[in-house]
Amino acid sequence: MSFPLLTATAALPAVGAVATAAVPAARRTAAKWLALAFSLGTLALAATILVRFDPGGARYQLTESHSWIAAFGVRYELGVDGIAVALIGLTALLVPFVMLAGWHDADPLETGSRRWRPTQGFFALILALEAMVILSFEATDVFLFYIFFEAMLIPLYFLIGGFGDRAHERGEKAASTQRSYAAVKFLLYNLAGGLIMLAAVIGLYVVAGSFSLTEIAQARADGSLRMATGVERWLFLGFFFAFAVKAPLWPLHTWLPNAMQESTAPVAVLITAVVDKVGTFAMLRFCLQLFPEASTWATPVVLVLALISIIYGALLAVGQRDIKRLIAYASISHFGFIIMGIFAMTSQGQSGATLYMVNHGLSTAVLMLIAGFLISRRGSRLIADYGGVQKVAPVLAGTFLIGSLATLSLPGLAPFVSEFLVLVGTFTRYPAIGIAATLGIVLAALYTLVLYQRTMTGPVRKEVSAMPDLRVRELVVVAPLIVLLIFLGVYPKPVTDIVNPAVQQTMSDVHQTDPKPEVEAAK
Amino acid sequence: MSTAAVHSLWTIAADPIPRIDAPKIEYGQLSPVLIVVGAAIVGMLIEAFVPRRARYYAQVFVSVVALCASFAAVVALAAQGYGTTKAHIAAMGAVAVDGPALFLQGTILLAALVGLFTFAERRLDPAAHGNRVDSFAAQASSVPGSDSEKAAVKAGLTTTEVFPLLLFAVAGLLVFPAANDLLALFVALEVLSLPLYLLCALARRRRLMSQEAAVKYFLLGAFASAFTLFGIALLYGYAGSVSYAAIAQVVDGNVPHITPALANTMGNDALLLIGAAMVVMGLLFKVGAVPFHMWTPDVYQGAPTPVTGFMAAATKVAAFGALLRLLYVVLPGMRWDWRPVMWAVAIVTMLVGAIVAITQTDIKRLLAYSSIAHAGFILAGVIATSRDGVSSVLFYLAAYSFVTIGAFAVVTLVRDAGGEATHLSGWAGLGRRSPLVAAVFAVFLLAFAGIPLTSGFTGKFAVFRAAAEGGAVPLVVIGVIASAVAAFFYIRVIVLMFFSEPRPEGPTVAVPSPLTMAAIAVGVVATVVLGVAPQYFLDLANQAGVFVR
Repeated sequence: MSFPLLTATAALPAVGAVATAAVPAARRTAAKWLALAFSLGTLALAATILVRFDPGGARYQLTESHSWIAAFGVRYELGVDGIAVALIGLTALLVPFVMLAGWHDADPLETGSRRWRPTQGFFALILALEAMVILSFEATDVFLFYIFFEAMLIPLYFLIGGFGDRAHERGEKAASTQRSYAAVKFLLYNLAGGLIMLAAVIGLYVVAGSFSLTEIAQARADGSLRMATGVERWLFLGFFFAFAVKAPLWPLHTWLPNAMQESTAPVAVLITAVVDKVGTFAMLRFCLQLFPEASTWATPVVLVLALISIIYGALLAVGQRDIKRLIAYASISHFGFIIMGIFAMTSQGQSGATLYMVNHGLSTAVLMLIAGFLISRRGSRLIADYGGVQKVAPVLAGTFLIGSLATLSLPGLAPFVSEFLVLVGTFTRYPAIGIAATLGIVLAALYTLVLYQRTMTGPVRKEVSAMPDLRVRELVVVAPLIVLLIFLGVYPKPVTDIVNPAVQQTMSDVHQTDPKPEVEAAK
Repeated sequence: MSTAAVHSLWTIAADPIPRIDAPKIEYGQLSPVLIVVGAAIVGMLIEAFVPRRARYYAQVFVSVVALCASFAAVVALAAQGYGTTKAHIAAMGAVAVDGPALFLQGTILLAALVGLFTFAERRLDPAAHGNRVDSFAAQASSVPGSDSEKAAVKAGLTTTEVFPLLLFAVAGLLVFPAANDLLALFVALEVLSLPLYLLCALARRRRLMSQEAAVKYFLLGAFASAFTLFGIALLYGYAGSVSYAAIAQVVDGNVPHITPALANTMGNDALLLIGAAMVVMGLLFKVGAVPFHMWTPDVYQGAPTPVTGFMAAATKVAAFGALLRLLYVVLPGMRWDWRPVMWAVAIVTMLVGAIVAITQTDIKRLLAYSSIAHAGFILAGVIATSRDGVSSVLFYLAAYSFVTIGAFAVVTLVRDAGGEATHLSGWAGLGRRSPLVAAVFAVFLLAFAGIPLTSGFTGKFAVFRAAAEGGAVPLVVIGVIASAVAAFFYIRVIVLMFFSEPRPEGPTVAVPSPLTMAAIAVGVVATVVLGVAPQYFLDLANQAGVFVR
């Protein structure tokens, strides 16, 4: 039997979580290094997956299959396609940077018992979350996926509720109330979505008699499994609801601004750059494959909701006074683009959406982490409390500018390619929606540049006059991500090569072909 | 009654009394019950003859040995195939020895054993006058706050009677899901109830509340028993027999021979419907299903916490076992009559339990309402009327009982000057002061909430799947919504423990003896194992999913 690479990639951070949690309270620094080592090991394994994955090969590769709960017909089935490989790569890549960025975020204040070990907890929870996210990207059994889709809420819930920004102006008590409100809101939204999905998962089993994605998709393709139209639509809605909450799609998005505002910047990055991607990923993998007819049926509504997300998120971002909330609404806008790309049902749109998932992860990470560094220096999240930072901390301001430009999809930076593909892909089939969505780009320029202008330019405010520039640790976090943003902006081929075959497969699952170019059709 | 029928009664009575054959009793197959009853009687003798100092140790020893021996007997019976191929009805048709009975008896015995550990805990309360004390009143008969109570405490009296009482209750619980005629059912119901009424009244702290709870439980329980008994009488009038098999036959329309005295009532559907409804009502009372749930929060709150934990786990297991057997063995023929009613009961139970729990401020009351909601989820599996339905319910009950006992055992640890600090405000910041205890309790809460990788999820999935396959999709959807509501208040407790600042004068966590630690550890291990690798236990439940008829 070959080496179970996919299991190992998920098991390593899980083991790391246990090991980190077991480090004695006094050895905080050791716990951090241990966690970082485990996350780098995971990155190495993820890189191995990337190397071993053959884009031209079978649809699901590196597969593993073991009996697990036979009574429910549940198998431990793993396998990755190009989309999953790209997202596992993104996850494994971001986690070490997130840990480095949050190196001091969880140092204990002063109170608490001897056994209270927030630092160990913080890093262990990040690793546990990583393990579950990776498993949910790998699972090709619907039940297995569901388990990790739900279980990942728990570590994230503790990360949001347990750790907030330091030295915040409102005082610790008020902050902790706000934070637990945000954590509970996050959990209830996602749990409700997940439980609706549970009903659909059970329904799927009753209809299909199996949880295996490959088996069901096969049976659907060759016609041996027929679903009544009504049943298929209800099941689709059950799945889609959960993914739309997670992604998040308007009008199910309201947990995201709270969660991102109240959590520390590294956790906010984990939420939006990693965990939310499971939602959009699952739309591609489960909604489209399992319920092709219903997906086609729902397309107009989903596209309209995505369009509303794009514009609504951007408009609200323009109006925000809180830096993190602004980035959260910008993310909602970007998730609108991703979902639009998925449901445009063109290969350009879906490739663009997958690429967008990766690029959005990188660009948001840069922007959010630097915003976190900024906030930790000044102790305020309000845009109005800053001004003239670029004169005091030029490197910080410069990198922040690159992150902002990436967020507004400047050509030459990675998000541009994906946003362009999504818009082109949407336009070829739904021109009106494609045109309307470009409004989102204009608004993106507005909110990012206004953010930059108000915080970084202008006269130097007294409170920021002594602000130190980026430290070495912070540069180590930001520089590689910026390099990647530029590299993928100029040369996105490595990612698109991996992603495209999987996208073609998905397109054929939903019986869709790209519309012919107008000129050719006119001939 | 016609004159002819009356006449026949006279003439039968006038005949010479026929010789009564000695009943054939399969002692081996009844050994699990007999061992426990025997040990309970030994326990009473210990109370009478063993010196006071040695009683506690003697009682604990006898009880542990009895429960282990009884469990071994259950396992031996199952290993001999009584759960599957050799399943049959013992003791002249009174007691069934089959898969569901053995599975539930095993569960009840394990729950009782773990519950016993919490009964025997003597390290949590500070020693009074140099004597170690447990959770029970020094002297049950002394008036709370009186001089005689103080004297009893000073003399170091302890109520070691709780151990034989526990064993008697266990004996009743063991027979309850196995009872195969209505009289055995009723006798088991009383045998299990009376010791529990007593145990509820025995709290060492807050004795008035405890006594109030016991009186409430007793009055409402007596009411429910009366209903059951009346229902049994009506069913006898309908079928001419109290045996499950005979009633089922009449329900199916085959009347074997009409008893002359009952000639006018037998086969009368009104009797069947009213009688069955009344018996089911009595069982739903024990289960704690809405609208027969009123006793649950008060009794759970007032009873000594170890008793609450034991009662919440074991009574629910036994009562659901009895309900399953009644519905699947006696009344499958009138499925179309009881299913709509049970649908309504299940829906109301899930929703009321989940919604009312939100407003609770006492952890024991909160767990009480949560147990009501769980009764609703289990009912969804009961309604499936399929083998999957039975086995999913069996699994759910096993999973639920260990989580419950573990959770209540944790409740006994969090204490302030007045005893257990059950008010939720006292639990704020527990995670800061005692991360381990808070983490363990969080695991139990997540299992109650049905989060994946815990036993609660596996059970919930099994039950909902069985219900969906049985065609009860709306029930599943409502169950899922109720789960989402229920998740809210479990999460609220976690928020309180981990994300709130500790109060300066808040309660502390007592360091328990290995007994309570063992109870909690068993709970955690069962929760995780049944969540991550449930295959073996699901198989077991599946094998045990067939009732003998």
